[in-house]
Amino acid sequence: MSDFVLETRDLVKHFPLTRGVVFKKQIGAVRAVDGVNLQLRRGETLGIVGESGCGKSTLARMLVGLETPTSGDLFVQGKNMSKVGASERRRGRRNIQLVMQDPYTSLNPRMTVGDIIGEPFEVHPDVVPQSRRRGKVQELLELVGLNPDHINRYPHQFSGGQRQRIGIARALALNPEIILCDEPVSALDVSIQAQVINLLEKLQNELGLSYVFIAHDLSVVRHIADRVAVMYLGKIVEIGTEDEIYESPTHPYTQALLSAVPVPDPKLRGLRDQIVLTGDVPSPANPPSGCRFRTRCWKAQDVCAQQEPLLQIRDKSGHPSACHFAEVRDVVHATE
Amino acid sequence: MTDVNVKLDALPGLDPNALPLEVKNLQVEFRTRNGIAHAVNGVSFDLRAGETRAILGESGCGKSVTAQAIMGILDTPPGFVTGGEILYRGVDLLKLPESERRKVRANRIAMIFQDALSALNPVFTVGFQLAELFRKHRGMSRQDAKARAIELLDLVKIPAARQRVNDYPHQFSGGMRQRVMIAMALALDPEVLIADEPTTALDVTVQAQIMALLAELQQERNMGLVLITHDMGVVADVADRISVMYAGRVIEEAGVDDIYASPAHPYTKGLLESIPRLDLKGQELSAIKGLPPALTNLPSGCAFNPRCRYAQDVCRKDPAPSLLQVSPSRTAACHFWKEVKGDE
Repeated sequence: MSDFVLETRDLVKHFPLTRGVVFKKQIGAVRAVDGVNLQLRRGETLGIVGESGCGKSTLARMLVGLETPTSGDLFVQGKNMSKVGASERRRGRRNIQLVMQDPYTSLNPRMTVGDIIGEPFEVHPDVVPQSRRRGKVQELLELVGLNPDHINRYPHQFSGGQRQRIGIARALALNPEIILCDEPVSALDVSIQAQVINLLEKLQNELGLSYVFIAHDLSVVRHIADRVAVMYLGKIVEIGTEDEIYESPTHPYTQALLSAVPVPDPKLRGLRDQIVLTGDVPSPANPPSGCRFRTRCWKAQDVCAQQEPLLQIRDKSGHPSACHFAEVRDVVHATE
Repeated sequence: MTDVNVKLDALPGLDPNALPLEVKNLQVEFRTRNGIAHAVNGVSFDLRAGETRAILGESGCGKSVTAQAIMGILDTPPGFVTGGEILYRGVDLLKLPESERRKVRANRIAMIFQDALSALNPVFTVGFQLAELFRKHRGMSRQDAKARAIELLDLVKIPAARQRVNDYPHQFSGGMRQRVMIAMALALDPEVLIADEPTTALDVTVQAQIMALLAELQQERNMGLVLITHDMGVVADVADRISVMYAGRVIEEAGVDDIYASPAHPYTKGLLESIPRLDLKGQELSAIKGLPPALTNLPSGCAFNPRCRYAQDVCRKDPAPSLLQVSPSRTAACHFWKEVKGDE
């Protein structure tokens, strides 16, 4: 039994690209996730950041079992989900639940809130006996800060922030240990975002949950995460504690990403180290050889095209980085 | 521009020394089945040449409707401008006939939108859409107009402009599409550019590229920029002056340094305290409690009072506080701005 509640080993997801309708043949693959190793410890929040198309949502879908990995292993509480039987896999999945991005489309408009939150019990009837389910749903509503008397209302009667609370209550219904949040606050207004973030932190303290928190907003991730993984084109390029990633990033992509985030303080205008990347993210169907970031990197040398840099500790910063020329650079604070 | 065949000087009352844009007490309402929604309720601001004015607010606060009213592209019905003035160099655009107003639009005041994919026409090449501006507004030939379109794509730093001019919008990435939008807005050399959430749909590294491009073009042309956004980080980076909107009103107006250093309205203060920061590992975020009100059913008095920690009885009584002078260069619509600002 390992210390990790969730672990992936060389997790890969390739989506085949085909040509033809009758005689379908595969002409390539979109390498959405290309060998990801992650560990999630009990009670910890692991942030995953990256830009659109980097594979973070595909990774999330594999973690909760909505997508079957092309290869690689996924361990939930030490059990390899691709090796166990169907019933065991179902029980494993109960332990890892998903909070989705868009609270407007992730709730069925024809179901009442009570039915939405209670639906997981239909799949896993042994969690709460039939007679207690309504009571349990009301407890869940109260837990996420909604009025338990609103159990018969429909999603359209709630605001965006309240709907996200309903999504969180649904994720909590089966008493999971791991919650996977895929951009849980990016569809919400600023003043509502903070309410939902505070709720997630409160629930983590009360229920001892472990979170995988996927977001593109780096400030939010810094606030909530203990450790952070940075993804680029299907691979993790840097991983470390929140402090290591934000205070001493060593991968050029992480540095560029962080330097692009505006800080809400006009006094810092022009004082931060600004790296403006040129060009766009290459297609994951045809990623560059060697280091995938080399086409946009200002440090790129010949070796970057020939040899793929491994994710390993390379310098005194003490955290793994997938760059041949990893070097600490402060891009978050003002520099003289 | 040498090839101007639009006689803007003919606009009655045009004063070249007046401000490029001045909005005074603008009122917009939406007549819906659920009642009248006062989407914009007495909004005023001005814009100098070369200045960046940020309009900051959350969804439903009326910031985009204000922009649409300025451009004259409000959906009517249900939206109606019911009062106020929109002055371009002293000329009230609201009083102009549509034919005159069309000459101002894109020529003098242009706009870029959040979602470039739906703002561009999918069945025409971007080159055609850019060239169309020169042909309609400047009466250029097809060939000349296309040459100008290529120049513009170069200007917004689209690589291989000569080839890409024949591509359709879906063949561009999100960032490149936004560049096309900017090219289109700048085509006729406007004095005022309204940017409605120009980078919200983009990734941060692309956002940085687009904001840098906008800043560069703005400086080159000494153009006024109205930046409509909810992103306090972007505002801190680029704005000169800020109007904060809540429930259809401007509730605070000040220079960028003043607002961030000492907000004078509880809503502005609450917003600043509720965002996590990249450069600090914060404690618990102090969220603003409650929800923004429905525009069809505003609370009496100050619209923010149900969510406000400073609220007293006076805040619940009509009329809502008007913008009070906090210092010579800033105003706030709060009875207790001194306490909020921390002066007392």
